[in-house]
Amino acid sequence: MLAYIIQRVGQSALVLLIVGLVAFSMFRFVGDPIDNMLGQERTAEDIDRLRAQLGLDQPFVVQYYKFLEGAVQGNFGVSYRQGRPVAEILLERAPATLELAMVSGVLAILFGIALGVFTAIRRDGLLANVIMSGSLIGVSLPTFLIGILLIYLFSVELGWLPSFGRGETVDLGGWSTGFLTESGLKALILPSITLGLYQMTLIMRLVRSEMLEVLRQDYIRFARARGLRDRAVNFRHALKNTMVPVITVIGLQLGAIIAFAIITETVFQWPGVGLLFINAIQFVDIPVMAAYLMLISVMFVGINLLVDILYFFIDPRLRADRSGGH
Amino acid sequence: MADPVLSIRDLSVEIPTRHGIVRPVDGVSYDIAAGEILGVVGESGAGKSMAGNAVIGLLNPPAHISKGEIWLNGKRIDHLTGDAMRRLRGKEIGMVFQDPLTSLNPLLRIGDQLTETMLTHLPISRSEAEKRAVAALEEVGIPGAAERVNSYPHEFSGGMRQRVVIALALCAEPSLIIADEPTTALDVSVQAQIIALLRRLCRDRGTAVMLITHDMGVIAEATDRVAVMYAGRLAELGPVRDVLTHPQHPYTHGLMASTPLASQGKSRLHQIPGAMPRLDAVPDGCAFNPRCPHATDKCRQAPVPRVSNGQAACWYPLVEEKVI
Repeated sequence: MLAYIIQRVGQSALVLLIVGLVAFSMFRFVGDPIDNMLGQERTAEDIDRLRAQLGLDQPFVVQYYKFLEGAVQGNFGVSYRQGRPVAEILLERAPATLELAMVSGVLAILFGIALGVFTAIRRDGLLANVIMSGSLIGVSLPTFLIGILLIYLFSVELGWLPSFGRGETVDLGGWSTGFLTESGLKALILPSITLGLYQMTLIMRLVRSEMLEVLRQDYIRFARARGLRDRAVNFRHALKNTMVPVITVIGLQLGAIIAFAIITETVFQWPGVGLLFINAIQFVDIPVMAAYLMLISVMFVGINLLVDILYFFIDPRLRADRSGGH
Repeated sequence: MADPVLSIRDLSVEIPTRHGIVRPVDGVSYDIAAGEILGVVGESGAGKSMAGNAVIGLLNPPAHISKGEIWLNGKRIDHLTGDAMRRLRGKEIGMVFQDPLTSLNPLLRIGDQLTETMLTHLPISRSEAEKRAVAALEEVGIPGAAERVNSYPHEFSGGMRQRVVIALALCAEPSLIIADEPTTALDVSVQAQIIALLRRLCRDRGTAVMLITHDMGVIAEATDRVAVMYAGRLAELGPVRDVLTHPQHPYTHGLMASTPLASQGKSRLHQIPGAMPRLDAVPDGCAFNPRCPHATDKCRQAPVPRVSNGQAACWYPLVEEKVI
């Protein structure tokens, strides 16, 4: 198992190195930031000085190495636009995105699995069919539209929930949380539904089809033939087997929730890293963009690694195969 | 003879389809006594498994029992539904499936699958169930049972897994075992072991066995009586030696003649001409008449006699001289 984990960590490092190269390449190929940073009234000396200060006068390889060296230490340079260290800006914004993603993720997983199991067990039931048809909406409507519809309904028409921002936040040792205030919690509802709806329907439909597949298996029939209770058959025998492929997708979707928070954050003016990224694009603030790219890829790779390790605990067959069993 | 453990009376199973109702089991009756092994033979689709599924209440809808009665230990069980039927499964009726590679849940230790089954049916503590799980594995001949209870199914070979499946089917001490092709998926060398094991366990406990198979070798080796099924109907029923050596029904005769024997060498194997009718197109009269060398007009029109004591479902049962 250790060898397997080391191998997977090695692969993850390689992926990050490549993403780092792409992120870094932006510095070289997306215009010259010096133009943006200095106004019309610049002199040749100003340009040279700033170029040297930012290290942009050095060879490509040296710059890449410096970028990686900094990235590993959490140092992504200085934002062209705000003039502050990127890491500091990201840390400031991260709690908003992570809290939003966490709530969406938990909602998507809980409701996705519960509804998936329900629609599989009550395959021919009326309610199950209604849920299945309804889930098409979640799969097919674009996120921004769902967000706007929710805002229209719950903020504009009913006036129950805020349409933008995080509400009041409480600072817990550098982590600003919206979980502790009423307005913070209220503000979370619409964005997290918007962000999580697609993932929820996806998980639900996947759980349903996997579960139907598993329920057809001989071991389920044998479990029934042994007179086990429906609850034991459905949840102990069937659900566990259903979860193996579902966990992969859930893992990838968690990454996607953080990455695609960009759209939701834009719709709800949510002060997270996604909104930061959108603003950074407008101003060609490459250090911010590069750092964001790295951050997202670290999350994806990290979640994937976690999923691979989770397999070990769910599927005993993997444990045996990796240790050279039969 | 004491009351039979299982008694099936005129059982029919129907499936409504787009082309009308088909009847995969049609008016079948047989008994199985305690400690007796009844072999049920026939080609694929003859209704052997469907009858077994009807007994244990695992017909896949829309298939359902349309007629007849099933009695288990003097209680009528064919009309039981839901939880009442579930309580019988495992506790009174055990089932062994064909493929041991797929009948065990790959993610649960076999010990857990055993204790789970026992705790569902028996009023015993968890530690007692764990003790019995080890004993059950020992009984089916799994070496090192005390350690093997903690193994997962993939850590066993096919034959060993079928032993585990048998232990699971027997662990709540049912009075009837339905073994649906229990050796078909196994290596030939393992088949005989499994049959011998099943035979020994059922003899020792006085368990009745319905052994569903299409393998005449298994029938000859393991069973006391044989029921031959054709197109959902019983063709012949009798003690195994009589049926195998003096088949009365032309179908049984054809079936016997098409079983290869090592002693025959390389001579050409007999075939029954034609194929079993589709269930939505069973001919009038005797279902076997289009393929039967002895068929007459009577066979094509009048319903055949029901199988009764030592009498095949045939107007013109073969007598000994006719056996080639």
